Amino acid sequence: MHVVVLTKSTPDTAAKVSVEGGTVTWKEAMVLNPWDEYAVTEAVLLKEAHKVKATVMTLGKEEHGEALKQGIAIGCDQGIRIWDDGLEGHDSLLYARSVAAAVQKLGDASLVIFGKEFSDTNTDQHVYQVARKLGWTVLGSVAKILEIDFGAGTIKVERLLEQGKQIVTSKLPVVIAVLKDINEPKYPSFIGIRKASKADIPVWGLADLGVDAGSLKTKVTALAEPPKREGEVEMITGDSAAQIAATLADKLLEDKVL
Amino acid sequence: MDFSLTEEHLMAQQMVRDFAHNEIYPTIKEWDRKQQLNPIVLPRMAELGILGINIPVRYGGQGFDYLTLALVCEELERVDTPLRVIMSVHMGLNSMSVLQWGTEEQKQRFLVPQAKGEKYAAFGLTEPNAGSDVAAMSSTARREGDVYILNGEKMWISLATKAHHILVFAKTDPHANPPHSGITAFMITDDMKGVTSGDIHDKLGVRAGSTGWVAMQDVEVPVENRIGEEGEGFYIAMAALDNGRYTVGAGAVGLIRACLEDSIKYAHSRETFGKPIAKHQLVQQKIAFMQQWYDASKLLIMKAGWLKNIGQRNTRETSVAKWYATDMSVQAALEAIQIHGAYGFSDEYDVERYLRNGKGAVIYEGTSEIHQLMQAGYALGFREDRPLRCELPAYDPEFWQN
Ligand SMILES: Cc1cc2nc3c(=O)[nH]c(=O)nc-3n(C[C@H](O)[C@H](O)[C@H](O)COP(=O)(O)OP(=O)(O)OC[C@H]3O[C@@H](n4cnc5c(N)ncnc54)[C@H](O)[C@@H]3O)c2cc1C
Repeated sequence: MHVVVLTKSTPDTAAKVSVEGGTVTWKEAMVLNPWDEYAVTEAVLLKEAHKVKATVMTLGKEEHGEALKQGIAIGCDQGIRIWDDGLEGHDSLLYARSVAAAVQKLGDASLVIFGKEFSDTNTDQHVYQVARKLGWTVLGSVAKILEIDFGAGTIKVERLLEQGKQIVTSKLPVVIAVLKDINEPKYPSFIGIRKASKADIPVWGLADLGVDAGSLKTKVTALAEPPKREGEVEMITGDSAAQIAATLADKLLEDKVL
Repeated sequence: MDFSLTEEHLMAQQMVRDFAHNEIYPTIKEWDRKQQLNPIVLPRMAELGILGINIPVRYGGQGFDYLTLALVCEELERVDTPLRVIMSVHMGLNSMSVLQWGTEEQKQRFLVPQAKGEKYAAFGLTEPNAGSDVAAMSSTARREGDVYILNGEKMWISLATKAHHILVFAKTDPHANPPHSGITAFMITDDMKGVTSGDIHDKLGVRAGSTGWVAMQDVEVPVENRIGEEGEGFYIAMAALDNGRYTVGAGAVGLIRACLEDSIKYAHSRETFGKPIAKHQLVQQKIAFMQQWYDASKLLIMKAGWLKNIGQRNTRETSVAKWYATDMSVQAALEAIQIHGAYGFSDEYDVERYLRNGKGAVIYEGTSEIHQLMQAGYALGFREDRPLRCELPAYDPEFWQN
């Protein structure tokens, strides 16, 4: 029995990102994708509560190994990095085919956890594509795992949707994407840090996974910075709160905001 | 020469930085005004393993090296001085003394629970009438069979009201000549009959820290709680200070960094005469000095840490590092306030607290004057370190991690 959590290194959310010569650049160090702090913590909590194995996995070049080390430091048993020159410029479909193959290669995985999205690309289609390629049920927006029984192969979760909460039960194996509400992210432990710094992280290539890269279905042809937002600040003053409010309301109507 | 930090160092540093920033930073002003230690601080530092960071795993610690201790102290004081003060007394002055001088039985009884954070530890050397002049202390310890009877008062003791174990010093021979040869070290516990303590309020700084007094009235201390030999207390205290001062200096490095980072941020955002104040040369000069103080202090501290790691005596190196880093942290805080103008003079910003907190560190663990005397003493040949009966063990990863 085995829980797999997928992650990657992303620029710190405070990093100043810009596009130069067609590539995205920033100076700051990479961090564990912020959404994945919850996913990794959930995997470690499940490991502790259910005595299952927790593996943290990524698809990417060496810098993504940092996210794996962070995962091990927080408490995952092992890290696996998927990379191959053939994955250069991969789209989310090739990502999904490779990750699904890696999960299958582990043999005994019955739960795959993702953070809500990748904070660098603001995308989450990879979650659903991985589930599709595995042929597993997918549950997005999971705010709580209410029950899980690895032996019996069942899970009950609470999903937080725009319409409200939804309680769903399903048979394992499933792929879930978790929200911030699910837990209080754990810090790495010192013992975990030592384990991580000594960890040997295997790299699985396309041949190991039996995946043929084929031709990409989507390609990024150009990158550009979004136009700078222009705005003006106007301080509204007046003798009383009522007067200030009235002036503000007039302005908002005038500018067609209301 | 290799200045690089290991992945382990960097990850530990980041973890402590995140903890201090996320959990403590938002609460500092409230507890500084209340003049109390935030009650979550000690339990959280215990839970995260910070209280045992550089103690061998076999003694309940995390098995990291002495350099990590400095990195941890820097990160803690970057956020709030009282956090680092805890490391100075719990780890530097008390736990590391047990590691250095304690018997195996004492390590099991005192060090293990301290490193696990189940027990908090303090250090009681100073008395109302004896600070820099340690040998002038008047606390006494009289042997009666299997116990010593301790009497006296310790003053300005960090964690006085929070600690379970206090390493205290008292004279077993009040008439010894020279006087320091009559001092002996003991571990007293807060539950011993005759031990009372209280907090001192209205301090200039470390207001969210706990500083107090400990009184001992006919306290019966079992012989097994004597650390080291009779008459060895002065050497134990001085060796403890080699470690306490290291944490104080490392913390001061963090305080200088706090001054620098806050000043850089403010200098970019505040405008006068049509440009950010960062563009005025006199402001730039202050920033440049802070950078220099930071770099120099950090190098001095890391050098002392490296000496500890390889097991070499570092009394002089630690003293110069502590003296320089703490003096410069006060200087940096003054300049940071200056850069912030009137805003720096109010507690809306953090820099005024940096000054109040920094000023304590040029007084405790050897005033800056005492460090000057020491440095001059070494340079002029008036002072020389003699080997100790028990030296601080060098960092041996095999021993520490297994
Ligand atoms: C916040 C805080 C926390 C503390 N925590 C602890 C603790 O946990 N445990 C503990 O044991 N103590 C602690 N102390 C006490 C501290 O170590 C002493 O205050 C310090 O050693 C100085 O002693 P003193 O205050 O008696 O000053 P004094 O020794 O009376 O010195 C007064 C002044 O005279 C100067 N002076 C003294 N002798 C000489 C000389 N020979 N030549 C030139 N100048 C000299 C000093 O530098 C100083 O400027 C703490 C103090 C503070 C403020």
